[in-house]
Amino acid sequence: MKRIGHTYKEEEMINRTRFDLSTLVPTLSAVLALLVHLLVPNSPRYTLKPLPYFTILLAGVIAVTLVLAALSLFSQRVRERYAFKSWFIAAFLLLLNLLNIATLKLMLLPVIYFPNPDRILKVFADDWAFILKCLGYSLRLLVTGYAIGALAGMTTGILVGWSRKWSYWVNPLIKVIGPIPSTAWVPIALVSFPTTFAASAFLIALAVWFPTTVLTSSGISNVQNSYFEVSSTLGAKVIHKIFKVALPAAAPSIFVGIFNGTGASFITLMTAEMMGVKYGIGWYINWQKDMLSYANVYAGLIVIALTFSLIITLLFRVRDRILVWQKGVIKW
Amino acid sequence: MVERLTGEIRAENLRKEFIRPDGQTVVAINDVNVAIKAGEFISLIGPSGCGKSTFLRLVAGLARPDGGFLLLDGVPITGPGYERGLVFQDPTLFPWLTVFENIAFGLKVRSTYHDKKQEVQDMIRLVGLEGFEKAYPHQLSGGMAQRAALARALVNHPKVLLLDEPFGALDAFTRMNMQDELLRIWQERGTTMIMVTHDVDEAIYLSDRIIVMSPRPAKIECIINVEMGRPRGRDLPDFLRLRARILQILDFAGKREEIQYYL
Ligand SMILES: Nc1ncnc2c1ncn2[C@@H]1O[C@H](COP(=O)(O)OP(=O)(O)OP(=O)(O)O)[C@@H](O)[C@H]1O
Ligand SMILES: [Mg+2]
Repeated sequence: MKRIGHTYKEEEMINRTRFDLSTLVPTLSAVLALLVHLLVPNSPRYTLKPLPYFTILLAGVIAVTLVLAALSLFSQRVRERYAFKSWFIAAFLLLLNLLNIATLKLMLLPVIYFPNPDRILKVFADDWAFILKCLGYSLRLLVTGYAIGALAGMTTGILVGWSRKWSYWVNPLIKVIGPIPSTAWVPIALVSFPTTFAASAFLIALAVWFPTTVLTSSGISNVQNSYFEVSSTLGAKVIHKIFKVALPAAAPSIFVGIFNGTGASFITLMTAEMMGVKYGIGWYINWQKDMLSYANVYAGLIVIALTFSLIITLLFRVRDRILVWQKGVIKW
Repeated sequence: MVERLTGEIRAENLRKEFIRPDGQTVVAINDVNVAIKAGEFISLIGPSGCGKSTFLRLVAGLARPDGGFLLLDGVPITGPGYERGLVFQDPTLFPWLTVFENIAFGLKVRSTYHDKKQEVQDMIRLVGLEGFEKAYPHQLSGGMAQRAALARALVNHPKVLLLDEPFGALDAFTRMNMQDELLRIWQERGTTMIMVTHDVDEAIYLSDRIIVMSPRPAKIECIINVEMGRPRGRDLPDFLRLRARILQILDFAGKREEIQYYL
């Protein structure tokens, strides 16, 4: 016997297997870009040899988006997440398409400074090993300076936030030295350190040190006194009050400092590399700019954007891990 | 039955003042004399703002007296220590630690955690928080947080346990259960208990002696011996008579304060 209408559960089953049109939008956008790229002739003023990279990229994108669309038919989770992002992905592909039209097909922009997507992709294809090497150099410098700066910042922050004596002697120093952008120290750092690597690591450390110190110390001096009181009636000594009460209670503030320091460290890294450190991604960009190889400059920029946003994402993950206890509390 | 006979508190001419922001001096405790025997269960009862919490803070060593003496087993109290546990009026659990970690805090800072891990679990069971070991304080109700704070103080086996309205946020049923649990622990351990409460019934049900305090500056209005065996029926004639008497004393003390205001 057939019933008319569906129960709530049946409705849900139907929803579950339903196909979502949004999941095809990225594929359509990529197909459109590919058709334009293949069918519209290049600008007659464009005399360089045609390259296969943009075609390959788009073909790859089409394949991947088709796989995702297919998976979306079976998994509700994939479908919801992919459908949600699909319009953004499609718009991004459309932007690439327009860029390709503006540069390669119509040559609306000066060709030296605004290379077409094919030429930028060619840099990755030809120069990837060297770019990776440069990235490695950059990361080594960044991590060295960053680690020193963050540790030093937390240490001075704890001392200043905890002890009156330290605060008396060190606070004025922080107030005067801290706000100087660390890049302003470049001339002094370059002559004070044996190598430019050491000088740059110092500058990055300085850039991270200042916000970390300030926010660690303010975080610690703002910890509710009652936490210290409770801990002392439970038998905590000074060392426990610092490391088991003050530090975790100040952690949200410390993270704000570390995040500020991260931004400052990126700026300092790029400046240092453009001013004298050999190798590194900033150095690469600067060097290619001098040679008027703007395709390489863009490739470098793309690598930087991806790397830095990856670092920030990782930091956010770490923070969310450490500050789980804050869930539900309003976050900045 | 009683394990230890230490944990005696003596106050002689105890005085505590605060300086208000406007520069005026507030006398929170004035000339308090009391001897609390080891293993005794004492309730402090009195109008709001009279200095009950201040007295507990003095015993805990979180505040210094401005006059007189305060002795634990004959030795002046100079600072906080785990042998005088304090359950605050506000639970003040550490928000970055789970319930389990909060309760284990005292054992960990005293490096006795490894030998006494089981004790933490026992305390959690005692206060009825099984299943919430991994919860963070913001996930607890007010009453649960208070029970966790009680467990956190108990796990240290203090000689003196200072309780500042520990059951204030509990419903009547849980409150009665917790009162019985507290009595059981008290009888088992022989801990000296000093409990602030606004609940006259609770004071009578639990205490050996009830200290009734007068409005600010807190003086001891009177000390009442509760001469009843335990467990105490809350509807026995003795109970009700005592209750009426305490309410009358509190009422009278309040009236006198009013008269002072009018003078
Ligand atoms: N740190 C402080 N600084 C200034 N004044 C204080 C301080 N602590 C307490 N007081 C004052 O001392 C008096 C007694 O306060 P206390 O907290 O001991 O009262 P209480 O009896 O516990 O009241 P309640 O029953 O409302 O908790 C109050 O008038 C209060 O304003
Ligand atoms: Mg109080």
